[in-house]
Amino acid sequence: MKGARLAAIVFLMVVGGACVFADLLLPASYAHQFRDEPNAAPSSQHLLGTDDLGRDRFVRVLYGTRVSLLLAPAAAFVASLLAALIGGLAGFAGGWVQKGVMAATDLFLSLPWLFLLITVRAVLPLNVSPLISVAITFALLGCLGWAAAARVVCADTTSLRESDFVLLARASGSGGWRLLWRHIVPNLQSVLLAQFWIAVPAFILTEANLGMLGLGVAEPLPSWGSLLRELQSYSVLSGQPWQFVPLILFILVVSSFHLLLLKQEWSA
Amino acid sequence: MKRAGVLQLGQHVGKIVLIVLLGGTLGAALVRFSPGFGVDERELDSRLNEQSIRALRQRQVEENNFAVFYVHYLGRLLRGDLGMSRTFERPVSELLKERFPETAKSVGLSLALAWTLGFSLAILAVMSRHWTIDLGASLLAGMLMCLPAAAMALLFVLARAPARLVLALVVLPQIFRYSRNLLAHSAAQPHVLMAQAKGLNTLRIFFCHILLPVAPQVLALAGISVSLALTAAIPVEALCDLPGIGQLAWKAALARDLPLLVNLTMIVTLVTLLANSACDLLGQRFRGHAA
Repeated sequence: MKGARLAAIVFLMVVGGACVFADLLLPASYAHQFRDEPNAAPSSQHLLGTDDLGRDRFVRVLYGTRVSLLLAPAAAFVASLLAALIGGLAGFAGGWVQKGVMAATDLFLSLPWLFLLITVRAVLPLNVSPLISVAITFALLGCLGWAAAARVVCADTTSLRESDFVLLARASGSGGWRLLWRHIVPNLQSVLLAQFWIAVPAFILTEANLGMLGLGVAEPLPSWGSLLRELQSYSVLSGQPWQFVPLILFILVVSSFHLLLLKQEWSA
Repeated sequence: MKRAGVLQLGQHVGKIVLIVLLGGTLGAALVRFSPGFGVDERELDSRLNEQSIRALRQRQVEENNFAVFYVHYLGRLLRGDLGMSRTFERPVSELLKERFPETAKSVGLSLALAWTLGFSLAILAVMSRHWTIDLGASLLAGMLMCLPAAAMALLFVLARAPARLVLALVVLPQIFRYSRNLLAHSAAQPHVLMAQAKGLNTLRIFFCHILLPVAPQVLALAGISVSLALTAAIPVEALCDLPGIGQLAWKAALARDLPLLVNLTMIVTLVTLLANSACDLLGQRFRGHAA
């Protein structure tokens, strides 16, 4: 299991490195069209061939991976931060504040995730520039994905609030923000880190689903959702197996994230 | 005992009503503050006289006040009037009546299949105590969890396989993982070891000492699986052209048909809440038995 985790970490680092340095490694931009070579087969010039608009598929896969690999953790960070603020403050305050905040969290959790996401996405403009669509998609994921984590954080904060060392700190004269900042927040780091890592693959999967439904990142900027949407083309059936490469890479990346999370599960 | 049951039922009903009311407020706010609210195409109809247009405008002015709008919205909701869909130009209730059976059928079939396969695999992985079976089943579940429902739906379309199976394959890994963990934890308890040492029948050990104590959690998982299947219905129905409410929600989102989308979300939330509450109430009974 340790070997598999190590392999997952190395794989994620290699993919992450290739995506971050894509500008230096690749000869063309993700939007550049080789007009004479639409739907070209893999060659030394185009490692994964070109799509029906003549854009290099390998370049698009690397840029698409970069969008998801950089922004899903960013969205997960926002969600974890919101969870820490909402759950942490509710757990620390206790009483009616905690009950009210947890009731709001329950309401949030009872709304089916994708329905909620597409409803809020539909309120915002759909016809926007690619960069704004990226920002909207991942900001939505971050802002709407805090509820489950907030419950966990609230439960942990409540148990910390009632722990002996916090009682001792109170007896020594600590109170309010000092108690929260010096004694409770440092002890929430592990649970927040776990929630962060749980959110990353979940957000990558959700972005892919949204992108495939045409509600995610707008063209020509590639994302895993738009890359996987190419599978809709029936040319896949007519002998172009390299079109499955984005899907295989996607599975490998998400499985690597899951492998990082498996340790706790197996030890349980 | 009976009184406690009635009290629990009352609490669940109260919670559902409260959540639906709060959801209604959010939904009404989304519709009221959505772009294009207050624009009525009928004002452009040249057959309408000035008096009719003035009446239309007067109604819009009243509904610009959020409180008035919300009261009207709730009143219509209580009468079963879910409003008109802008995209389809048909009453939302009519669209729901038409589309809901298709989704209910898909979700019902997929849940039955996912629970049969997922739970059987979990039992096999825990009871066989063979690491290869456990690892194989975990890998299969892990692989399925890494595929977005939309990609799975497309692969099924390409392979000309029945699209409804996709919903089952989306829910299956979650059922397997959670129930495997629950059963494994329960099977590792000292009283199970004692029962085995005393030579109790394997089936008896499984049903009375492993499954019964975790029945409430398994039932809670059943409630959550309804929500998972309904969520997966959007990409599956949209990409496999199944005329259910998932496809309707997708079309409404693309056309920014907020009244339809908000009502759909509320109805799906209500179904999810009812399923969760039913499972929770059933779980309470099992908790009593297990104790």
